[in-house]
Amino acid sequence: MSERAYIELKGICKSFGSVQANKNVDFSLKKGEIHALLGENGSGKSTLVNMLSGIYVPDSGFIFMNGKEIRFDSPNDALRAGIGMVHQHFKLVNVMTAKDNIVLGQKQGFFLKRKQLTEELNAIADRYGLSLNPDKYIDEMSVSEQQTVEIMKMLYRGADVLILDEPTAVLTPQEIEKFFTILRNMRDQGCSIVIITHKMNEVLEISDRVTILRKGESVATVNTADTNAKALTEMMVGYSMDLSIKRTETPMELKKPLLSVEHLVIQGDNGAKIIDDMSFRLFSGEVLGVAGIAASGQKELCEAIVGLYHVTGGSVKLKDEELVGMSPVEIIRKGVSMSFVPEDRLGMGLVGSLDIVDNILLKTYRNHKGITVDRKSGEVAAKAIVEKFDISTPSVHHQVKKLSGGNIQKVLLGREIDSSPQVLITAYPARGLDIGAAYNIYNVINEQREKGVGVLYIGEDLDVILELCDRIMVMSHGRIMKIVDAQSVTKEDLGLMMLGGTVDGKEAHYA
Amino acid sequence: MGILTAIALFLQSSMQMGTTILYGTLGGILGERAGNLNLGVEGMMLMGAVMGFMAGVKTGSAFLAVLIAGLAGAFGALIYAIVTVTFRGNQTVTGLALTIFGTGFSSFVGKSLSGVALPSSVTQAFAAVKVPFLSDIPLLGPMLFHQSAYVIAALILAVLMYLYFQKTKVGLNHKAVGENPSAADASGINTTLYKYLALVSGGFLCGVGGGYLTLVFVPRWQEEITAGLGWIAVALVIFCTWHPLKAILGAYFFGMLRALVFKIQGVSIPLFGHHITIASNLLDMLPYLMTVVVLVIVTLGNNRKHRPPAGLSNPFFREER
Amino acid sequence: MLKIVKRAEITPMQSMMQRCVAVIAALAAAAVFMLIMGYNPLTVFWNLIEGSLLSEYRFQQTINKTIPLVVISLGIAIAFKMKFWNIGAEGQFFMGAFAASYFALNFTFLPKPLLILVMFLAAMIAGAFWCFIPGFLKAKWGTNETLVTLMLNYVATKWIMFLQYGPWKDPNASGFPRIPVFDDAAVLPEVFGVHIGWIIAIILVVAVYFLLNKTKLGFEITVVGENIATARYAGMNVKKVLLISVCLSGAICGLAGMMQATGIEHSLTYQLSGGIGFTAIITCWLARLKPVNIVFVSFFFAMLIQGGAYLQGSLQIPSAVSGILQGIILFFVLASEFFSQYRFVQIKKHTPSKEVA
Repeated sequence: MSERAYIELKGICKSFGSVQANKNVDFSLKKGEIHALLGENGSGKSTLVNMLSGIYVPDSGFIFMNGKEIRFDSPNDALRAGIGMVHQHFKLVNVMTAKDNIVLGQKQGFFLKRKQLTEELNAIADRYGLSLNPDKYIDEMSVSEQQTVEIMKMLYRGADVLILDEPTAVLTPQEIEKFFTILRNMRDQGCSIVIITHKMNEVLEISDRVTILRKGESVATVNTADTNAKALTEMMVGYSMDLSIKRTETPMELKKPLLSVEHLVIQGDNGAKIIDDMSFRLFSGEVLGVAGIAASGQKELCEAIVGLYHVTGGSVKLKDEELVGMSPVEIIRKGVSMSFVPEDRLGMGLVGSLDIVDNILLKTYRNHKGITVDRKSGEVAAKAIVEKFDISTPSVHHQVKKLSGGNIQKVLLGREIDSSPQVLITAYPARGLDIGAAYNIYNVINEQREKGVGVLYIGEDLDVILELCDRIMVMSHGRIMKIVDAQSVTKEDLGLMMLGGTVDGKEAHYA
Repeated sequence: MGILTAIALFLQSSMQMGTTILYGTLGGILGERAGNLNLGVEGMMLMGAVMGFMAGVKTGSAFLAVLIAGLAGAFGALIYAIVTVTFRGNQTVTGLALTIFGTGFSSFVGKSLSGVALPSSVTQAFAAVKVPFLSDIPLLGPMLFHQSAYVIAALILAVLMYLYFQKTKVGLNHKAVGENPSAADASGINTTLYKYLALVSGGFLCGVGGGYLTLVFVPRWQEEITAGLGWIAVALVIFCTWHPLKAILGAYFFGMLRALVFKIQGVSIPLFGHHITIASNLLDMLPYLMTVVVLVIVTLGNNRKHRPPAGLSNPFFREER
Repeated sequence: MLKIVKRAEITPMQSMMQRCVAVIAALAAAAVFMLIMGYNPLTVFWNLIEGSLLSEYRFQQTINKTIPLVVISLGIAIAFKMKFWNIGAEGQFFMGAFAASYFALNFTFLPKPLLILVMFLAAMIAGAFWCFIPGFLKAKWGTNETLVTLMLNYVATKWIMFLQYGPWKDPNASGFPRIPVFDDAAVLPEVFGVHIGWIIAIILVVAVYFLLNKTKLGFEITVVGENIATARYAGMNVKKVLLISVCLSGAICGLAGMMQATGIEHSLTYQLSGGIGFTAIITCWLARLKPVNIVFVSFFFAMLIQGGAYLQGSLQIPSAVSGILQGIILFFVLASEFFSQYRFVQIKKHTPSKEVA
């Protein structure tokens, strides 16, 4: 590792509309180092690297490379300078093969030379220890395969600086291990790597140096060897905080079976089984976590329970009442509530262009007699929810899409909880939130558990699932691998089961 | 006239009837493959039809007539591109606006052209060319080897477009822009440039397709001469699943349908002892009804290879958050 | 060099201003077009105003053209609110006119109020049915409604042509292809010199406003239009909402056809619509699907149409000029929407020369 900075960013500022995402940020990268960029959601990490990769243009500030000032007006400029970025949401064309994706946008030659390309790709793969089938279509690949394509794309273009935005968010612990090995390989071959993350243990494991961002400003850059998790957290959040989720145990005798799913089968449009013979019970006063790699059938399971997805076979009972065959409205009235936060956050459950009142009314507008919508009572309910969940908004008539991410999710969860459900199904409720906002959400879920609500929690962060849930149901390809006690399982075991492996160890103490 | 000759002539005229549709469909494919659904095909065709005819009348040059027809369509497409690509206007409404504009523009400009005939220098240039010997092949001979160059050019263009999308890097980039503009952008492709070029050259083809009507097929200017052919072309883009070679089949199928309608008109058909003549207005409905049927068939057989470009109708802004 | 950035929210007032500026810019562009074509734009604009407003008769004509525009725009607004691109108003209009004409021609023995009522209902049912077809195909198989509604326009027009040249041809018109003129019993009464369609239009404006803004159905239409996934999650029956509202949309467009046939033409012809089914798409969009705005925008466009027709007589300019004007205005307004979300900023070029240690 050389001592001189290879790339240096000075005094970078960038704002979007009225939001200032970066304020006077400084950042430097040396040749042959892995540099972690640590910060909460919304701290401006992505904005910063997007300027380094030519996606955004800074409002002010300078970028230097080898001491000379440079300017990127497009991703192409950055690529020419050897800077390649792998985005959190991969920039791949789904209906094309890996090979075609890699050669996309390349200038040399007029005709595609697909054979020659395969050889070149194999050579690169060998050098860095990657494995890739260049003729596979992207939409047939797993997330980790897609990530390999993205990295390969950058290497093929001769990138020697690689920026990785939250690369581990969607990987299992085992995949992360493999991935880190590849990164170290690349560093040893002379690449510089910027890795964005908000996970402390990963920073400590993989990086040589770390720069911490908070609220759009760069707080500090430190050598990883000289710091620890506690110090990093404090710099990241701005105050010292306890990162454990408080969990209250509900006494066994209060736990009664609430929802029982038996031999549930769901088929997709193409006839393939999305959920395959699934049976489990959800008790009152517990949080049952669902762990699984993306698209293992989580969404379909949620939708099937609340009557939105056609059930092919099996039964879903609330206490003794069969839910399969009921309309979604009837199921809502029975006290089963579901909130699903998709990747774009506003996708399901809320309407961005409507105000808070209308969004609160979405599930209750039917209860009013007559043909009109009762916005007066909606306003009362909205005000109560805004107050109870401490949603910061100018008024209840503010468009939901103009709220911050945390407040949007609070509106969603607040509405679901306001209907006093018996069963609360919640998927990715803390997606994209900063630590404070996320812990708020976890507290809300804990309160529901104390009230005796049965909570089905679908999440992607295994650390959170382990801390928040009583039991964890591990799904793989639409099947339940095992339901385990959260206290007696490790993250690695969960990861293994998510990929379809089996693990010895004790089953949950009740089922 | 033997039955074989009759069929051969029928095929020949089917191809002529399908030519405008083929040009329009190819033009539509170019735009939609770049992620922009242009509902203004009808308008661009009309602009091409009237301007091409006017150029033919004024200059007497066949080449200039086709060129101007294309440029008129391209001009319409340019307006559409400015509004939808640069200003991110709603594609559906902008396309409709283009059709309304093009219809108004063509009747306005065409007012002085009704009843005017093309100079013979133009009509001769587009006259059907009979290739010796080959045109005598039974059934397919007249269809392929006794046609105007204008008709055959559409066929060749379709094949070239297929090669462009399958075999060239530019074609691959073009598809990527329509599928996932942000991925294309991240790969260093100038998405705005691609969209503009795709739309404008697509508009050029639509204009040329319109020109075929006034320069070769009719050949006269009449108000709203396209009579919905542009819309059929828009539907065919979906039907042929954005694939230039299938566009040939689709366009000539509709050409055949139109030729059939033309043939049956006024013919009395014996049915249960009665002789029935189907009114031409009812027969005229056939291509439109068939378009609806075709659309339903397409949506029934949805699968991965037949999906529209994923980025269709979504404006792209790099700094979107 | 110019570059695009997102801008902070703009106020409704600014947004109104923006549209006005766009319309003025469009008129300026149209003026350039006219200059190229060899006409004096000022004369043309003055004639447009003169021809549409400056006499009692012309003003009434403008109102006559405003009425169907308002009604069809309202119908379209319901569908557009749901992002169902119903561009088949033209066809629904004709089918409505057809159904009403059937009763007007064959049921003249009924008392006038009853006959009018029957025609009213028949037109609405026919229009609704014509819009139900694409709605059903969309709900069932996801068929693209834009193209289906459009194709059905052509089918409807051909159907009216068939009637006009065939079974409904007036035997007393000495071979001239024309459908008989309606009996007095089937003609809409007039109030203040204009058929009572204007009263119906006003009632519809209020009704559609109430529907979209106050009722549960309107709420559902909005949610389905904005976000189908959310609508499903809220337990709405998306297909049912879709079918009900496309029927409403078609019914209102069909009603416009009946009013045009019995109020203006007193008969049915395949030229009855004069393309207003398409113009209404523009007015509806310009009015941002808001019922009250629709009235004003429709009046403005009726002026363009009526004035355009006048131009043909006064200046020998083809009336098609109003289509060009409509197109240009729409282009400019569509493009102007951009400025409510983004703005252009100038980036200063600076010389990259500084060295760092």
